[in-house]
Amino acid sequence: MVGAATCGRAAGAQNITKVIRDELASRQIEATVIEVGCMGHCYAEPLVLIQKPDNPTICYGYVSEGLASMLVREFIAGDDPCIEFALAAMEVNDFIPTFEDFPRGMVEKKVVMQHCGIIDPENIDHYIANGGYEALAKAIHKSGEEVVSEIKTSGLRGRGGAGFPTGVKWETCRQFKEDVKYVICNADEGDPGAFMDRTLLESNPHQVLEGLALAAHAVGASKGYLYIRAEYPLAVERIEKAINQAEESGLLGESILGTDFNLTLEIFQGSGAFVCGEETALIASMEGEPGIPRHRPPFPAEAGLWGKPTVINNVKTLSYIPHIIRKGADWFRETGTPDSPGTAVFALAGKVINTGLVEVPMGVTLSQLVYDVGSGIDGGKQFKAVQIGGPSGGCLPESFLETAIDFDSLNQAGAMMGSGGMVVMDEDDCMVEIARYFLDFTQNESCGKCTFCRLGTKQMLEILERITKGEGALEDIDTLLNLAKNVKTGSLCNLGKTAPNPVLSTLKHFRNEYEAHITEGRCPSLMCLNLIAYYILPDKCERSCDACIGSCPVESIFSNEDRIKVVDQEKCVKCKSCMDACPPQYSAVVKLSPPELVQEKENDNG
Amino acid sequence: MKLTNEEKTAAIETSLRVLSNYNQEKGSLIPTLQQIQNELGYVPSPAMEVVAEHFNVMKVDVYSIVTFYNQFRLTPPGKNQVKVCMGTACHMRGGNIIMDSWKRRLEIDCGETSEDREFSLDRVACVGCCTQAPVTLINDEIHAKVTPTRVEGLLYAYQLDKDKENKKAGEDN
Ligand SMILES: Cc1cc2nc3c(=O)[nH]c(=O)nc-3n(C[C@H](O)[C@H](O)[C@H](O)COP(=O)(O)O)c2cc1C
Ligand code: SF4
Ligand code: SF4
Ligand code: FES
Repeated sequence: MVGAATCGRAAGAQNITKVIRDELASRQIEATVIEVGCMGHCYAEPLVLIQKPDNPTICYGYVSEGLASMLVREFIAGDDPCIEFALAAMEVNDFIPTFEDFPRGMVEKKVVMQHCGIIDPENIDHYIANGGYEALAKAIHKSGEEVVSEIKTSGLRGRGGAGFPTGVKWETCRQFKEDVKYVICNADEGDPGAFMDRTLLESNPHQVLEGLALAAHAVGASKGYLYIRAEYPLAVERIEKAINQAEESGLLGESILGTDFNLTLEIFQGSGAFVCGEETALIASMEGEPGIPRHRPPFPAEAGLWGKPTVINNVKTLSYIPHIIRKGADWFRETGTPDSPGTAVFALAGKVINTGLVEVPMGVTLSQLVYDVGSGIDGGKQFKAVQIGGPSGGCLPESFLETAIDFDSLNQAGAMMGSGGMVVMDEDDCMVEIARYFLDFTQNESCGKCTFCRLGTKQMLEILERITKGEGALEDIDTLLNLAKNVKTGSLCNLGKTAPNPVLSTLKHFRNEYEAHITEGRCPSLMCLNLIAYYILPDKCERSCDACIGSCPVESIFSNEDRIKVVDQEKCVKCKSCMDACPPQYSAVVKLSPPELVQEKENDNG
Repeated sequence: MKLTNEEKTAAIETSLRVLSNYNQEKGSLIPTLQQIQNELGYVPSPAMEVVAEHFNVMKVDVYSIVTFYNQFRLTPPGKNQVKVCMGTACHMRGGNIIMDSWKRRLEIDCGETSEDREFSLDRVACVGCCTQAPVTLINDEIHAKVTPTRVEGLLYAYQLDKDKENKKAGEDN
């Protein structure tokens, strides 16, 4: 089995698949090669799983072409499992540890990701063999009311960001006695840095379809849509196949499983506007309008698509449904915290060693995520903060590492669960720049309907830009706080209401960094391009080494009369190539902030 | 950018063909535009006129949709489409520096197509390979851990391919 979700493909999985197929063919070995989804260990892509009779299933990581053919030769054709290249075994055995034996395994608890990466997403039988569609078969003979009540008791809260109780939403929609109702799966996932919905669609599409079918049965809808962003072609392709297979098996379509329940599902491709993830904007775009949110109430559950009662749920929310129906509300409540039961899926990125996707119980601490799951900070650097919840979230500093995270604790801390994107930052990351980055994003993506969201974020962005250029004034901080308050209250949808979060949280926890930019013209993390300069230390520069000169794309490094390399500050575009190129034993290239330091140093050197 | 007469004809013909598969309900408006872009690589002005007529809306309404959604392009893409990821993880690892390198080397701005139509340059928001940041897509191939020197390298490789093609074309004649 080869991990071939988008992340695996980027790392070369398709090539690895080919190597394995060729090698098997040339040896005339009979084996099934399956392209599966993502197990979450993205840092070690490409991943290969080998299942051989009388052996534990073993997962190999960082698979190169050479290793791929070696595995076929030594393990499949011979009997050496090449333990030294194994990442872990999938089941307990005597010689290779399993994923559960690592610190990450202690924290991780898979529910919706349980079968990701180990079943064939394009084969409905794999899903069924693992208990798939059992929940639908069970629930279809119950009334919609019973299903709604089970979900209500489970305490499931929507995973699309706001954490609204799913059962309550369904109940509202169910109450309306209309002939036509809709269910929609929200797979727009516009957050930069978030890829968990995509992974679920690519790795276990039937799980989402079953959840959507259960939602339709519960509220009495017979038409459903999956709103998938067009940037996710593989997800669209796999969902399309899954719908066809489910229809052929009588699990979707007319009189499902011989009952009078009908459901047709269709894919609608989103077109790349972040605000369209907001449910009323999503509906507008399906109706052929620009995706502009409208006032709620009425909520979509009362009057949604084409004015009909409509349930909209996130991919993850729907993926939990079959499990809850199958194993019961009490089982679901065993995990997580009383107010946020169940698990949460996080996309861990940034400066941790083991990036990837992880599913953990609600209520784990940030430090468990960063250190146990992520194995800590890359390159021996100092941890600085976690940016959580994407553009609507905030930055939490070290003092929050022991906070148990769930919907409410994160809101209290000034961040948000959002969709679960988590970016870890170290000492080299500038918090002012991060705030500027997210504001640039929201400013760009604002639909422009509300004055505060449109103009307030623009003004905040301008201030932040000035500060990162060293042109800020101390009053700017108060202006920012003021604007933040107004944008929060003056915006209609959550894009505007949460846009100031990154600014507020960085101001709260890292105010000193703002002040250093403003009063000293200095970026403490040496990140803001206008406030740094590249400088070559004369006493460290190895005179005959030309590595930096060759690396500079704008030819701004020259040798002076002592054959020491010097950076022409006028020409330098601050691309860092020279710093990377300078051999580690010299490390002669440094960044200085403020840039005036260069002049001082040069004067010192005569 | 001026469209040639052939481009105009192609735009109208393709749009009419795409539209023949869709009814006039407004819910089909965006899917038809997506289909047109899939086939032509962009949504040219003549296509918008045809679409507006089919759905019985004003041309500015179609225009406002095409400009609202990031997915749609108004100008033909280059033969090679360069897209730089500007997502969070890539940004943290210098995505903007990579964007600058491409701008400098291709001598165009983000969102533009070079005069010879060989290259167009765009930004994307996260392609889901954050672990490989910063990334650049060339056509549909993802290049991981890009540096300014790799930008040079990638362009050089493209130049070599092109020279080979030209040489081959020369031999074939
Ligand atoms: C600006 C904005 C963007 C959003 N993007 C998404 C998204 O990409 N995916 C998603 O499921 N929900 C998104 N939401 C939340 C949805 O509006 C909605 O709450 C959610 O889809 C409901 O599903 P749930 O109850 O299962 O969480 C977004 C909200 C806002 C304000
Ligand atoms: S808050 Fe912003 S994005 Fe939301 S409706 Fe208002 S202007 Fe549009
Ligand atoms: S930072 Fe880049 S542009 Fe500046 S001197 Fe170094 S290599 Fe040249
Ligand atoms: S941020 Fe660039 S791939 Fe995710």
